[in-house]
Amino acid sequence: MDIELITNILFATIRTGTPLILIALGEMVCEKSGVLNLGQEGMVLMGAVLGFIASVVTGHAGFGILAAIFAGMLMSVLFGFLAISLVSNQVATGLALTIFGIGLSAFLGAGYVGMAIDGITAWEIPYLSDIPIIGKILFSHDPLVYLSWGIFGLLFWCFKSTRLGLTIRAVGENPEAANAIGISVMKVRYGAVLFGGAMAGLAGGYLSIAYTPMWSEGMSAGRGWIALALVVFASWKAERILLGAYLFGAASIMHLVLQGLGFEASPNLLAMLPYAATIIVLVVLASDAVKTKLSTPLALGQPYRPQV
Amino acid sequence: MIRLAEKRLSKKGSTLTKLLTAATLAVSCNVASAADPLKVGFVYVGPTGDAGWTYAHDEGRKYMVDQLGDQVETTFVESVAEGADSERVIRQMAAKGHDLIFTTSFGYMNPTLKVAKRFPKVKFEHATGYKRGKNTGTYFARAYQGRYLTGLIAGKMTESNVIGYVASFPIPEVIRGINAFTKGAQEVNPDVKVKVVWASTWYDPAKEREAAETLILQGADILTQHTDSAAVIQAAQSKGKFAIGYHSDMSPYGAKAHLTATIHNWGALYTQKAKSVLDGTWKSEDLWPGIAEGVTDLAPLNDAIPADVKALVMAKKQEIKEGKARVFDGPVLNQAGEEVVPAGQSMSDNDLKGFNWYVNGVEGQLPKS
Repeated sequence: MDIELITNILFATIRTGTPLILIALGEMVCEKSGVLNLGQEGMVLMGAVLGFIASVVTGHAGFGILAAIFAGMLMSVLFGFLAISLVSNQVATGLALTIFGIGLSAFLGAGYVGMAIDGITAWEIPYLSDIPIIGKILFSHDPLVYLSWGIFGLLFWCFKSTRLGLTIRAVGENPEAANAIGISVMKVRYGAVLFGGAMAGLAGGYLSIAYTPMWSEGMSAGRGWIALALVVFASWKAERILLGAYLFGAASIMHLVLQGLGFEASPNLLAMLPYAATIIVLVVLASDAVKTKLSTPLALGQPYRPQV
Repeated sequence: MIRLAEKRLSKKGSTLTKLLTAATLAVSCNVASAADPLKVGFVYVGPTGDAGWTYAHDEGRKYMVDQLGDQVETTFVESVAEGADSERVIRQMAAKGHDLIFTTSFGYMNPTLKVAKRFPKVKFEHATGYKRGKNTGTYFARAYQGRYLTGLIAGKMTESNVIGYVASFPIPEVIRGINAFTKGAQEVNPDVKVKVVWASTWYDPAKEREAAETLILQGADILTQHTDSAAVIQAAQSKGKFAIGYHSDMSPYGAKAHLTATIHNWGALYTQKAKSVLDGTWKSEDLWPGIAEGVTDLAPLNDAIPADVKALVMAKKQEIKEGKARVFDGPVLNQAGEEVVPAGQSMSDNDLKGFNWYVNGVEGQLPKS
């Protein structure tokens, strides 16, 4: 393997990992507040379709991204209303949201199949992208990739050393106690769910506007589910989500690259690689049972009824 | 189905639930009606707007309606999951008095046969399957003939002599396509190599795009695909390479890159089948029409293709149409360069349906599926 090939592999790895990072970071915040939203796939698709439609209508990819975020948030409001306000079963509601999103996005997007948009193109960061190798790998992406790093940094800092991070965790660990010290559990959970929706919508926009600028039904191809699993395997830690997503991306790319290089292995086995590698690495990282338990939001999935 | 649902909903008048129902229920529509027309039903695996497989079938349905007018009345149900769901939909269609039902995905094979047994008077036609019954026929298109013609174009136009092929799963249908394409390319350019990358999915635009870029990185200057989205065309367009589509004309996704595409025209077949039911000559058979019947065809050729290549393709197409030539006429060589089919002979349909080896010119080993 020559340097150019490796550079390209790493470049593609980052691109492949980005939608997973966006979805998984959103879901992580959501789950840290104690809400399990299985509606990722539906929210991603709604973000993808509305983002694409907005791009077509306005002719601006930027508006498309905003619309995608908005679509994800709308979906999550629906989820929040049912699961937080009406205290419905979170698992069932999330699954319903996915089915709803898949169907509704197909319905809305039916007239937009086969249309082409300009999409978001790469933005090479001045100076930084001139660095040999590293510049090509890290600093020649589209703006959404940089945005994913920014969001990662913010969340990492938020849960490491801010009051907001502590508040969200408190609500996810023990909502009654949080309520007792004056935290509005409902507000925090709504906020977290909304953030999760916005991130899923953004990931959808990334797929339909930046990655493969087109709309076709079900184009997320299960990424919402992979991201959901990633959150758990990453023990609700932002840095492990980043690692896991890139690992998954790298293995996905290797599945394709190795075949082209004439590597004699069953492509079915290679296709399994991303899943196997990610799970193994993250499970090994989480092998300390006590620490893992500490990072698990204890009240995850449990409905909270405010005492009146 | 949707009419019933709408009636019920209009009482409640809730827009949200209406949307929900419209989106999650399979949508069925009624087209045309006359005194006692033949009721023809279609079961689709994807949405009619997928610009691919299902789109082509629905175009076929529309063509049939155009041809037969008041003699037929058609219904379709789209996005029907293979398996138990499809059995329910097919049974409902049969029970509602359809005379002829087309089920258009491989996974509908057993459900179709099961329902067919219960409704002996209804005629069933299953696409891509291999099991038939008294009132169940099968049909498929010789898409490989189109592949062969596009292979000629690719072989003539490649400069790097590496052509990339994004494939889904190593089953005979896909291998047949790769072989036909490679044989075409090899006939006009013995130096050409076809590199295959198995994406291990029928549909994942992002992954198809990465597969395409991987192939470009490894020297391919022309790409083609046997997956369902147009991501490969897009990747080629953005990298300034050429690509050949499949299922339908994919030029909207990359007008510059899109050389042509192998497309399916099911209309002629559907019209013929409906006619045979109307005049009572329908029988259960295995139909495998291709270019000669107009079921397999090419999308309009890009102007980037030189005139002499266009002429060559048209000439070959004519020969296949008239039965003067077949795609797998000997000599057919395997990867090792050994002659498997000698000159003067041709591969039988049975051989083609069980293809499990690569022809000369395909790079890499065929994975054991």
